[in-house]
Amino acid sequence: MSRIFVPKDVAALAVGADCVAAAIAGEAAARGLEIEIVRNGSRGAFFLEPLVEVETPFGRVGYREVTADDVTSLFDAGFVEGGAHPQCIGKTEEFPWLAKQTRLTFARCGIVDPLSLDDYAAHGGWKGLARALELGDVGTLEEVSLSGLRGRGGAGFPTGVKWKTVAMAKADRKYVICNADEGDSGTFADRMIMEGDPFSLIEGMAICGVAVGAEKGFVYSRSEYPHANAAFAEAIEIARAAGFLGQDVMGSGRRFELELRVGAGAYVCGEETALMESIEGKRGIVRAKPPLPAIAGLFGKPTVVNNLLSLATIPAILAEGAQAYADFGLGRSRGTMPIQIAGNVRFGGLYETAFGVTLGDIVNEIGGGTASGRPVRAAQCGGPLGAYFPVALFDTPYDYEAFHAAGGLVGHGGVVVFDDTVDMAEQAHFAFEFGAEESCGKCTPCRIGAVRGREVMEKVIAGHAGAADLELLADLCETMKAGSLCALGGFIPYPVVSAMTHFPDDFRRGASPRAAAE
Amino acid sequence: MPARSPWDATRAREIIDAHLHLEGPALPILHALQEAFGHVAPEAVRMVAEALGVSRAEMHGIVTFYQDFRETPAGRVVVKVCRAESCQARGGRAIGDRIAELLGLKWYETSADGRVTLEPVYCLGLCASGPSAMVDGIPFARLDKVGAERLVEEIAG
Repeated sequence: MSRIFVPKDVAALAVGADCVAAAIAGEAAARGLEIEIVRNGSRGAFFLEPLVEVETPFGRVGYREVTADDVTSLFDAGFVEGGAHPQCIGKTEEFPWLAKQTRLTFARCGIVDPLSLDDYAAHGGWKGLARALELGDVGTLEEVSLSGLRGRGGAGFPTGVKWKTVAMAKADRKYVICNADEGDSGTFADRMIMEGDPFSLIEGMAICGVAVGAEKGFVYSRSEYPHANAAFAEAIEIARAAGFLGQDVMGSGRRFELELRVGAGAYVCGEETALMESIEGKRGIVRAKPPLPAIAGLFGKPTVVNNLLSLATIPAILAEGAQAYADFGLGRSRGTMPIQIAGNVRFGGLYETAFGVTLGDIVNEIGGGTASGRPVRAAQCGGPLGAYFPVALFDTPYDYEAFHAAGGLVGHGGVVVFDDTVDMAEQAHFAFEFGAEESCGKCTPCRIGAVRGREVMEKVIAGHAGAADLELLADLCETMKAGSLCALGGFIPYPVVSAMTHFPDDFRRGASPRAAAE
Repeated sequence: MPARSPWDATRAREIIDAHLHLEGPALPILHALQEAFGHVAPEAVRMVAEALGVSRAEMHGIVTFYQDFRETPAGRVVVKVCRAESCQARGGRAIGDRIAELLGLKWYETSADGRVTLEPVYCLGLCASGPSAMVDGIPFARLDKVGAERLVEEIAG
């Protein structure tokens, strides 16, 4: 029986994948062909979606941008056996955009049936957890440290150090939290894993539980991701029923429980202390640090808070060994990064590669330039609180230190491309507007600063601002950066200052002589 | 969209009780109440506050902190249009404005007949295929002017 893959990732559903799956099932029945339709995750090449694949003796063959109307012609062309067709991309694995990647965290995503334990095991699943149980806590901590893995949520803090701190803390109860509150525009990696390879996250969290001595984990996701939440909740049940979670993890006698929590539309809950408040059932208000969550976190207990990408990478590190992971990368940025190429770009999607590729390569070579065909003007890296890079800085290598030196941040790996129609003053205004909307209100620089910044930007856009206003803006950004309690207020200046620095002309519009003289 | 029930204190009590075993049950309870009744009414806030042993003021603070929780019912169809940067970069501002214009609604507004609510959303994770929207949980991507018109027609139909 032929297996036909029609992705169930929400990015495929949004362009008609369910209709395509139904049409394929209907056409096959009408022709008396026996097929099995597998609803896989996405391979991440969103410009190909819906990407339908068929399993053939010589590998999986892909057909791009399939609509329900194409299905009859696909069957006529014998696509069930991998037949030639104008939409055929050949063997999916050889499609250059996919073939050039180094997939460690996303090795299975888009390939396996996300909820099949057999598929997961057949593609190397549970090997990392088995090895962690064999190594014990000390050995597992050592592997994670040696891998050089740094937090993929944005801060880039060494994961091994964080885990060791929690492991050494004495407490009757410890927690592992997965931060899957992926609120940054331009990012979708967490969502793709939850939909396309959820067991890898479950395995990574169980390994963390073993390493630090925690018996309970929470995954904190977003209400904007209903499909991911449904898929992940089902995966937890399947894993528990099969003994990978629960009272006796893989027959080791160790206990690890996992619970999915869904946020309620507050961006600030992606900040780790606000996230913990939210799990505790409170308003998502940021806590002052110290104490660090590793010492006194959720319900006051030692807690590992890691980004989803960090945790989903752990199984590969344990399975293949720390050195195999550390062999990829550049300088202190080891391993691979799932870069999410988004916005006005031709070939957008998830591209996992070793650190070190330049931003220009990401935007122009991999991303293929703008979707509109107009010249690229800027790329915002690292979400709404990340800097806008002008084309002049596109030779910056993609790694934590180089981005920091260029006044930006890698963040959660999002790269949003803008063409030359973008108004950078509008973007700076949006950064403040977003900050004002999403501030938790605890600290003054963020709560008041974002509102005042928005007001000044309104003057700038209306052409009523003078040099003094721009000076005020720069000063305000400095205060927010230095004085805010968390990264929300502290990072709003990144998009604003980068826009002002690299695109000053957008801020000097029609300043009236009176305003300019002020 | 699941059919919403009219307020029923007994059912609300059952929903609350079913979640009390959780660590930090407030958000799961509020989500479940909203799913059942379409919003979190003042009566519900009072009951949750009592069950969790916090003041009504505290509970009110929690409900109003989170964008998702509604104190009044939404329209029967909820249209969420992404207004974040990736969709902006693909012409999302104009598409969102067009959808609002076609629906005759402002952001966060519900139509007078209680049919449709229009809301901005900051990222649906469809950032390489924007502009995007979600209507009662059904995702839409690569929206252009024609797509926006079709979307609104479907909602109206």
